[in-house]
Amino acid sequence: MKKNRLFENIVHGIFLILGLITVGCVLLITVYLIISGIPAIKEIGLFNFLFGKEWASTAPEPKYGILPFILTSVYGTAGAILIGVPIGFFTAVYLSKVANKKVRAVIEASVNLLAGIPSVVYGLVGMLVLVPAIREFFNIPDGASLFAAIIVLAIMILPNIIKVSITALDAVPKEYEDASLALGATPTETFFRVSVPAAKSGIAAAVVLGVGRAIGEAMAVMMVAGNVANMPSLFESVRFLTTAVASEMAYSSPGSLQRNALFSIALVLFLFIMLINATLNFFLKRNKEK
Amino acid sequence: MKKIISLITSAILIACALTGCGGNKESVATDGSTSMNKVIGALGEAFENETGITVTYNATGSGAGIQAVLEGRCDIGLSSRNLKDEEKANGLEGTILAFDGIAIIVNPNNPVSDLDIDTLAKIYTGEIKNWKEIGGNDAEIVLIGREANSGTRDGFESITDTKDKCKYRQELTSTGDVITTVASNPGAIGYASLASVKNNVKALTIGGVVASEETIKDGSYVVQRPFVLVTKKDTALPESAQKFFDYITSDAADEIISSTGVVPAN
Repeated sequence: MKKNRLFENIVHGIFLILGLITVGCVLLITVYLIISGIPAIKEIGLFNFLFGKEWASTAPEPKYGILPFILTSVYGTAGAILIGVPIGFFTAVYLSKVANKKVRAVIEASVNLLAGIPSVVYGLVGMLVLVPAIREFFNIPDGASLFAAIIVLAIMILPNIIKVSITALDAVPKEYEDASLALGATPTETFFRVSVPAAKSGIAAAVVLGVGRAIGEAMAVMMVAGNVANMPSLFESVRFLTTAVASEMAYSSPGSLQRNALFSIALVLFLFIMLINATLNFFLKRNKEK
Repeated sequence: MKKIISLITSAILIACALTGCGGNKESVATDGSTSMNKVIGALGEAFENETGITVTYNATGSGAGIQAVLEGRCDIGLSSRNLKDEEKANGLEGTILAFDGIAIIVNPNNPVSDLDIDTLAKIYTGEIKNWKEIGGNDAEIVLIGREANSGTRDGFESITDTKDKCKYRQELTSTGDVITTVASNPGAIGYASLASVKNNVKALTIGGVVASEETIKDGSYVVQRPFVLVTKKDTALPESAQKFFDYITSDAADEIISSTGVVPAN
């Protein structure tokens, strides 16, 4: 009996340690980012850093303004949501409520596959197919642009949106729908007037999750966005917060203002993602309380 | 208990065998310029065949390679640009291994096949915006370049004297990406190291001079840069690293260096 309890305690201890590893990693990253991100902001000045319109880290008189990156990330994410959410949302409604079992199995399998494709592959296909296609379709000199990045991001966030929305829609009690149908509503009216409102916090969570994925993506957008630190415009080459860090980090020497400024960019990105996570938690909590 | 101890010991032994923590000193660590991949790969292989000492290569970029030497994380740093004064002041020393020609590449369908270096500078600074101004099709010139700090970009911009003045349409992060992009866009112009240029793009002649080993060696092809071996000035290399260093800077290595498309320095 005693031996048994000892064993239980040991197992609990191991689980606790494993759990604490995750907490420790988050704390470590947060503290590290804050410590290494603050110095450059202090040196450059918060206003100049956040609202400076020019980034030229290797020029003789370096300029560290990240407004172009912030706006690009915000516009890029917003664009991806604008395209991805309607497609994802209606797909989820269809799969959850209308589609028969076989169709649903096939489409769900492809959605899962889409989720499993590495981002570098999205980037490669974007670079070889999408960018030349945009160039020819819109008759512009070069297709690598914010628009190309938006399309790639929209496709990348589809699986997140579809899967989480389906889970939310599936969880709507069947009685709600039956009641609506019994009152004479058509199936379509039932789906959009009853099922969707009942699942709305879950769907909102799906959208927030999509935002998180889009704003944090680096590899795929690096390959299709052109990476020039311009102020964002739909058919111009742009640089995101993530790619700004990724493309210069390997070269900057430790301790230099350039490296510190990259950490500050990472800190700004981190704050964005924290904000998104807080929103997500808010929706999920509301979901539970219902 | 005994069982557990023996299990742990054997696990440690296996881990040691796999990671080589038994003190295997017979290896040389190199780190740096992605452009030097081919030449260091070929030299490392030949050296290993001859001496049995393995050569590791970490493709991180010139800046990162120089940093690695400074921090003692590798034996020999590889840089595709000359050392800056501040890097020399930190106690580093550069030895030129070879010269790399930077090819100026355009889409194969582009009728333009020759530029001089001034025109090239004007194109990259945005003074010339359309191919028809220099005898090509009526199409906007799309400037493809590398990211800030790239050795190739640094080489190109210092040779053409366009430092921080280039109006890039795209800043890509690898030679392969530049070539792919130029190959797929009829209006594009880019730069890449000569050794990596393949048939899917057209290398321009500069002032009538074709980029080739001879023209780079005799200096008539002007868009070229050095491949530099970076070491610490005051610290002697480990024995195996010194052997490798002597081997690759000897005449015997010339043939291998040229076989990779760059021009040996000595």
